[in-house]
Amino acid sequence: MAIDKTTVRTIASLARIRVPEDELDHLARELDNIIGWVEQLNEVDTDGVEPMTSVADLTLPRRDDDVTDGDYPDRVLANAPDREGGFYAVPKVVE
Amino acid sequence: MSGLTDLTIAEARDGLAKGDFSAVELARAHIAAMEATRDLNAFITETPERALEMAEASDARRARDQMLGPLDGIPVAVKDLFCTEGVATTAGSHILEGFVPPYESTVTANLWAAGAVMLGKTNLDEFGMGSATVTSHFGPTKNPWGPKDGKDLVPGGSSGGSAAAVAAHACLGAIGTDTGGSIRQPASFCGVVGLKPTYGRCSRWGIVAFASSLDQAGPMTRTVKDAAIMLGAMAGHDPKDSTSAPMPVPDYEAALTGDIRGMKVGIPKEYRVDGMPGEIERQWEKGAALLREAGAEIVDVSLPHTKYALPAYYIIAMAEASSNLARYDGVRYGFRVPGASLDEMYENTRSQGFGLEVKRRILLGTYVLSAGYYDAYYLRAQKVRKLVADDFRKAFDHVDALLTPVSPTPAFPLGERMEDPIAMYLNDVFTVPASLAGLPAGSVPVGYSGDLLPLGLQLIGKPFQEKSILRIADVLMSAAAQSALPLE
Repeated sequence: MAIDKTTVRTIASLARIRVPEDELDHLARELDNIIGWVEQLNEVDTDGVEPMTSVADLTLPRRDDDVTDGDYPDRVLANAPDREGGFYAVPKVVE
Repeated sequence: MSGLTDLTIAEARDGLAKGDFSAVELARAHIAAMEATRDLNAFITETPERALEMAEASDARRARDQMLGPLDGIPVAVKDLFCTEGVATTAGSHILEGFVPPYESTVTANLWAAGAVMLGKTNLDEFGMGSATVTSHFGPTKNPWGPKDGKDLVPGGSSGGSAAAVAAHACLGAIGTDTGGSIRQPASFCGVVGLKPTYGRCSRWGIVAFASSLDQAGPMTRTVKDAAIMLGAMAGHDPKDSTSAPMPVPDYEAALTGDIRGMKVGIPKEYRVDGMPGEIERQWEKGAALLREAGAEIVDVSLPHTKYALPAYYIIAMAEASSNLARYDGVRYGFRVPGASLDEMYENTRSQGFGLEVKRRILLGTYVLSAGYYDAYYLRAQKVRKLVADDFRKAFDHVDALLTPVSPTPAFPLGERMEDPIAMYLNDVFTVPASLAGLPAGSVPVGYSGDLLPLGLQLIGKPFQEKSILRIADVLMSAAAQSALPLE
């Protein structure tokens, strides 16, 4: 079993997704099942194959490093669940 | 005015030009149709007021003999994955609750610049993750071809709301997005035309990201000509998307010559999978026969790594999704669940804001990218992706396009395949290979299943050769004499 309860706990914590203790077993089985299915890729001989990172056969264009947008904090902050002045507000992180 | 909703985009454009009706009349007819088909749950947000304003502006441009766009006065629906300025954009997720974009996606901006009229935002699987439009926070969309034997049918997904709205004549055309088949499979399930252009043809800027190396926007319409008209308006280079292709957009409508004599169409033998229903195989053979009668040469080809495209796709898509969806943290926009600490707030927000399938994919994506597993899963999947793309490149040395089924089954009842994620993923077996290779691919309605449900066939083309597949698709659809209209 590639994915067990402990693995789920770890990746859930990395992904900042809370998984209740009583769901861990079920989720581990489900995820392990999917990983078991994708492991059929091990049948493929990939020796010497270059990984494909982009389908766009293009050289990425360069642009000037100029500020071309911005300076409207109210528009940017309009969707914030909580704000104070010109800032996003979050629970206190520094004592 | 019910006749107005039976027009194609091309007919409506001509009717508007001749003054047979106004853009406002056309918009009103479609607003009424949108309201009359609410039972389908095709729309998350209806924007009738904006539609009327845009239609009035179109009529005013026409009255003043101003320059008109190729879609001037044409009412369209927009998948709710495109950011629309001042109109709520949900991605079908609870986590974007209350989000009103302060900007417009490039593709929708192109549509409005072409004169199109926005009817509303259509339903989808949450963040585009699904093949049945059942994972939406706003409930499932129903296929207008149902119910069948008393059961509602899924419209396919993830662009199921767009497909259902087009099939139900609630709009003249719609836009969707396709990561692994999310335009093509719902188009097939709902009996409409759907085209995923070449990666880079349409800008991704302002589209809520799912898997950035795969996502692509495209049109969903009732005729191939309409898809050609819409794609022409949507496509084009955009400096705001670094993967957008700096290439001119051809006249797609002009490519529909009706003449495919001498074109070579490949039939990849690996798409003949075990357990494929006879009705799917028969449609495929019928499609090949129709193309042969129209003068195309049908050639057998081999794409040996086809079988491995689906698992490679899911690894890559989940990995990219886990990275893209890290931004939903309850701080800058959308839904927030308070917590005692910042981390607790993140965890509360994300566990309550995301649905089950999205969480599953984020967790798996996190796993395949995590230290110690990266090489075994993600890197290997990228290598397989290369092999899949190479298969296509070799095949296209000999053929102009490929003809394949779109999906292993027609539309299935709502509620099926919900318990088993892999059964749902198998819907995408014929659509993901072209996605991995970034190739243009479209679904064309060609016939019916034994249960009288629509079935499409897929045409896959060379990079940036949307023209070829549109030309072949147009001939195929006419030859199949297929009406994309739902049964009354």
